[in-house]
Amino acid sequence: MRKQKNARRSFAQLPKALTGITGLDEITNGGLPRGRPTLVSGSAGAGKTLFGLEFLVRGANEFGEPGVFMSFEETIPDLVKNAGSLGFDLNRLVAEKKLFMDHVHILRSEIAETGEYDLDGLFIRIADAVERVGAKRIVLDTLETLFGELPNPGILRAEIRRLFAWLKEKGLTTVVTAERDRPDTLTRHGIEEFVSDCVIVLDHRIREEISTRRLRIVKYRGSTHGTNEYPFLIDETGLSVLPISSLGLDHPAPGVRISTGIDRLDGMMGGKGFFRGSSILMSGTAGTGKTSVAAHFVDAACRRGERCLYFAFEESPKQIVRNLRSIGIDLEPWVRKGLLRFHAARPTYAGIEEVLLVTHKHIASFRPSIVIVDPMTNLLQVSTLNEVRSMLTRLVDFLKTQEITAIFTSLTLAGGSLEANEADVSSLMDTWLLLKTIEVGGERNRALYVLKSRGMEHSNQIREFVLTNDGLHLLDVYLGPEGVLTGSARVTQESREKAAGVSRRQQLDGRGRELERKREIFEARMTMLRAEFEVEEELIQQSISESKRLDAEVLQERGRMIQSRDADASAYKKNGHAAVRGR
Amino acid sequence: MAIPKKPAARKRSRAPRVPEKFTLRLYVAGQTAKSIRAFANLKVLCDEHLHGRYQIEVIDLLEHPEQARGAQIVAIPTLVIKLPRAVRKIIGDLSDTDRVLVGLALQELG
Repeated sequence: MRKQKNARRSFAQLPKALTGITGLDEITNGGLPRGRPTLVSGSAGAGKTLFGLEFLVRGANEFGEPGVFMSFEETIPDLVKNAGSLGFDLNRLVAEKKLFMDHVHILRSEIAETGEYDLDGLFIRIADAVERVGAKRIVLDTLETLFGELPNPGILRAEIRRLFAWLKEKGLTTVVTAERDRPDTLTRHGIEEFVSDCVIVLDHRIREEISTRRLRIVKYRGSTHGTNEYPFLIDETGLSVLPISSLGLDHPAPGVRISTGIDRLDGMMGGKGFFRGSSILMSGTAGTGKTSVAAHFVDAACRRGERCLYFAFEESPKQIVRNLRSIGIDLEPWVRKGLLRFHAARPTYAGIEEVLLVTHKHIASFRPSIVIVDPMTNLLQVSTLNEVRSMLTRLVDFLKTQEITAIFTSLTLAGGSLEANEADVSSLMDTWLLLKTIEVGGERNRALYVLKSRGMEHSNQIREFVLTNDGLHLLDVYLGPEGVLTGSARVTQESREKAAGVSRRQQLDGRGRELERKREIFEARMTMLRAEFEVEEELIQQSISESKRLDAEVLQERGRMIQSRDADASAYKKNGHAAVRGR
Repeated sequence: MAIPKKPAARKRSRAPRVPEKFTLRLYVAGQTAKSIRAFANLKVLCDEHLHGRYQIEVIDLLEHPEQARGAQIVAIPTLVIKLPRAVRKIIGDLSDTDRVLVGLALQELG
């Protein structure tokens, strides 16, 4: 795939030969100038020989171009052994007639010059080797050795000029290595004047006891090329040059959201959590709980059955697993299930490039959907801010193209500005969680807030959280006169609110009882009134019926009086009274 | 190994040992002016100093390119001498007689 891409890129330019070296073909826009010599210069141990070997091996294996390796320094068994360490089987290539190696061995002590000479012997050897395998590529490593072993540099220079003319005439894509002993020169004996098409400088620097390799294209006639210094690595798969902008900015941006593993943190980000494939920066001073937040995310992802890759640059995996148990997160089952893989290493063991490459390789082999880098600031120990920034840029780009969600934790130095240190990388990040300790009332309490989160609504609150043996819990916000209340201040506020609540409730209860009492009084009065009323009613009824009865009696009496005319009036009155008393 | 009396008597006391017979191999690449000159110079020199105790073999690398690798030939012409102790190579057209003699261990420098 890469081959096609590069082939397409090298439109209308001079013909090029792909090297197959990871990254190099991108920087050179398609490889080395075809049919022409390229000078690869560098100090001792810079990787010139391996560059040449890989150029030939990849040429033979991947592009069907056999090659010849003319070694002026190392013996063939040594070369075979060295190439073996890069995973290249030179003996097989030789047997398949895709590679021919010749070791040119001359010792000054054995040689006496007695007059005019030329290098026809070497030419014949090269021509014969080229013919034997039908070579299209050739490496001369290190041609300048001849200056040390053969007398008369004048003749040598003329002969080397003739050699390059001959190589061009034969259309051989040539790599000539040269040793560079001083930084202001490319080669010891100035052979760059014969190789005017392409010059690549390899550099091997030791800075603060850590080695970094650099590759730079000094010159590439008739072609555009990357002009930066590119870090490169040599490992068991050969050379890898790491172009900074090889991936560009055309990565996908999925709209899927995934939980952070902490409910209320999801709530702070529109209720849904992070975007899949986004990069999250989590910064904070020591002991603010960065690893714990990351662990929640890992735990949640593993529960969903997603794979997580955890780069631990500070603690050993066992230590991390043990420590996280104290907050109720057990990562061990996920490790056993193969869902979680730790890669623990101190970056100081290797250069920054190696860290990047190892990171790439692990990601490529494990294919995780979540990556944790904890803490990325440890990388600063091995390199300068600039290099770390460029490395992270490349890593973030890479992760985004793979749609991998990544959390980078970042340790902020106590006393430093929380936001300043990460400002260099924060622009790469989609979401930035800031963890900090709030120091008030003689205690430190943890708090976090979402400093930014691209493309989603997010809370602007500073939220306190506690680490319990049941995980991380975000607490309710209590605002005091000096901002968010945390720790004891919050507890005080909480109890104050509780007390106020109790008294309010008591008041309410009291009022209720009063009402009840009033109702009771009211009802009692009602009962009394009714009783009085009933008494009166009875009396009235009684008197009414008495009157009615009297009326009736009067009528009866009158009737009887009418009947008996002669009855005396006193008897009538007696009977009348006696009747009332008798009732 | 018996040292011939004649050269020993002729040489100074520190004279190097000289083998009874020299095997000389001259590597050339075609009939170039340099090659022809080298062969002529060698012939004269050997006749004068070795008195028939030599054997010259001329190898044209254009015909036997693989021999260039085997004998580690880079420069042309190269004269290869097998000495008792080491293999020596003398490159060039052999016009510097003194240096050739040193190379052949027949004469010390200076």
